[in-house]
Amino acid sequence: MVSADRVSKSFGSNQVLKSITLTVKAGEVLCIVGPSGSGKSTFLRCINHLERVDAGRLSVEGQLVGYREKAGKLYELKPKEAAFQRRDIGMVFQRFNLFPHLTALENISQAPMRVKGLSKARATARANELLERVGLGDKGDHYPAHLSGGQQQRVAIARALAMDPKLMLFDEPTSALDPELVGEVLDVMQELAKSGMTMIVVTHEMGFAREVADALVFMDGGVVVESGNPREVLANPQHARTQAFLAKVL
Amino acid sequence: MTSRAQRGAAKPDPDSPSPDQEGEAIEAIPLRHPWRFLIAVVLIILVAVFLLDAAQREDYGWSDVGKYIFDKRISQAALVTLQLTVYSMVLAIVLGLLLAIMRLSPNPVVKSVAWLYLWIFRGTPVYVQLVFWGIVSLIYPVFTIGIPFMAPWISVPNGIFTNLFLTAVIGLALNEAAYMSEIVRAGLLSVDDGQEEASRALAMSWGQTMRYIVVPQSMRIIIPPTGNEVISMLKTTSLVAAIPLSIDLYGVSRGISAVTFTPVPLLIVASIWYLLFTSILMVGQHFIEKRFARGTGQHKPGRRRSRMIAMPGAGTGIGEPPGNDFGGKH
Repeated sequence: MVSADRVSKSFGSNQVLKSITLTVKAGEVLCIVGPSGSGKSTFLRCINHLERVDAGRLSVEGQLVGYREKAGKLYELKPKEAAFQRRDIGMVFQRFNLFPHLTALENISQAPMRVKGLSKARATARANELLERVGLGDKGDHYPAHLSGGQQQRVAIARALAMDPKLMLFDEPTSALDPELVGEVLDVMQELAKSGMTMIVVTHEMGFAREVADALVFMDGGVVVESGNPREVLANPQHARTQAFLAKVL
Repeated sequence: MTSRAQRGAAKPDPDSPSPDQEGEAIEAIPLRHPWRFLIAVVLIILVAVFLLDAAQREDYGWSDVGKYIFDKRISQAALVTLQLTVYSMVLAIVLGLLLAIMRLSPNPVVKSVAWLYLWIFRGTPVYVQLVFWGIVSLIYPVFTIGIPFMAPWISVPNGIFTNLFLTAVIGLALNEAAYMSEIVRAGLLSVDDGQEEASRALAMSWGQTMRYIVVPQSMRIIIPPTGNEVISMLKTTSLVAAIPLSIDLYGVSRGISAVTFTPVPLLIVASIWYLLFTSILMVGQHFIEKRFARGTGQHKPGRRRSRMIAMPGAGTGIGEPPGNDFGGKH
C-alpha cells in the first residue's frame, strides 16, 4: 500500500528525513514512535504530499506521490492531480483542525459534496452514519467549540472517513487531549483497525501500539532506528537509542 | 492531623462561621478625584463661552443654517453622497477581496499584479487619482479593440469617464480597493494554517479551500474595520470636487455659498449632515463589532442564527446568505 524507498527531506539546511525505507501492506497498522523532532510527522505529511519529498521514491498503491514518472523522468503533478491522489488518503491532525464555522455534520459532509459532487442529502446521510460510527450520533448539529477535545477528534476521524479513504494517517491524534479523553479516541481507532483499514499512526501511546499495531517503527534524528513487531520492540528493544526513549515513556 | 482534617471536612465545626453567613460589608469612603471635577468645570465654562460667542457672531449665520439645513438641494446632495459611498464601497469590497486572494495566491504572476496595484493606488493621493480619472476621457476619447497600431475593428466612444458620477464611483472604488485588500488579507491570514491544511488533506482545491473554509472564517476579522472604511469613505466622497463632480453634499453646499456669499453657514449645514450619517454608521458599527466579537462564546446550540453568531469565525457576514458559503450550491 505504502512504500518508501530511501526518502529524504530537508527544510533549508536542516535534513529532517534521512533515507527512510519502509513498507506498509494493505490492512496493516503501522505505529511510528520517537522523540519530538525526529521527523515522524514530516514523514506522515509527505505521504499525502502536504510536504514535498527531496530524494528517494515514495509511493501509495504503486503511484508515486506528487510526481508522474515518464520515460525515466519525473514530472511534477498539477495541483488538481495532487488533490486527486489525496482523495484516497485520510488524515487526522494533532490539533483536530475542524472547521469552526461549520457544524460537526457539515464538517463531515463538506469534502464529499465539494470534491466528489455528492448531493447534500446523500452527503448528510453518510455523515450521520459516520457520526454514529464514532459514537456521536446526537452531536451532528453541534459546532466544534461546543464539543470536548475527544469528541472533536472523533468528528475529525469521521470527516476523514467520509472520503472513503484506503489509507488513514494519524498525526499524534491524542497528544492534544486531556488524559481522560484519550481512551475514547483510541477506541474509535482500534475499531477502525479491526475493520481492516490501513493505518499509519504517529503516536506516543505505547499501549495502543502494543495492542493494535502490526508493525512499529522507532524514528530518531530523521532515521528509522529500529522496526519490527511492536510487542517485541517494546519489550526488548535492540538499539541503545530505542532503549533510552522507551525507558522514559513506558 | 489527617483524621481531624477529614472529620472537619465531613462535618463542619459548629463554632466556625457557616458558609452562608457573609463577612461585614465594606463601607469605606471612596477615593475622591478633585482634579477631574475641576478640569471638567473649566472645560464646560470654555465651551459655554465659545457657544455664547458663536451664537452672537454674524459670520456663523445661524438663520441661514436653519434655512438651508432642510433645503431640497442639500438633501438631494446628501442622497448623492450616500449613493457615492455605497456604490464605491461595494465595488471596493469586491475588488479588495479579489486583490487579497490574488496576493495570497501561489501563482507569482497573479501575486505581482496585485502587489503592483496596491503599490500604485495606495502610494498616490486619492485627490490626485480623482483628478486623473476626471481627465481620462480627454486622454482616451474612444475605446478601440483590434491589433495595436493598426486600424481598429471596433471603436466605442468613452462613455464611462464622460459620466462624472460613474467616474467618481470608479475613482473612489479603485483607491479604496487597495485599502480593502489589505483588510481582507489580514482577515485571511488570521485563519489558522491548520484549516487550509485540513482542507487540502480532504482533497479540496485551493479555490474551494478559500471559498468554503478560509473566507467565511475571516469575516469576523474583516467586518469591523470595513465598517470603519465605510465611515471614512462617506467623508472622502467630498473629494470628488477634484473630478470635478459637484452634485454631492459638499459640492452643492459650496455651490450655494458661491451665490449667497455665506460660506460658513453652508459649511455648518454640510457638517451637520456628514455628522448625522457618520453617527448612524457608528451606531451600526458598534452593533456589528459586538456581534462579531462574541467569538469563542460557550453558547449552547439553540436556534441556527444565534449559533452562527456565537461561533468563532461564523460566516454570516454582511451580504452573505445564511448558510456556510457565498451562495454556492447546497
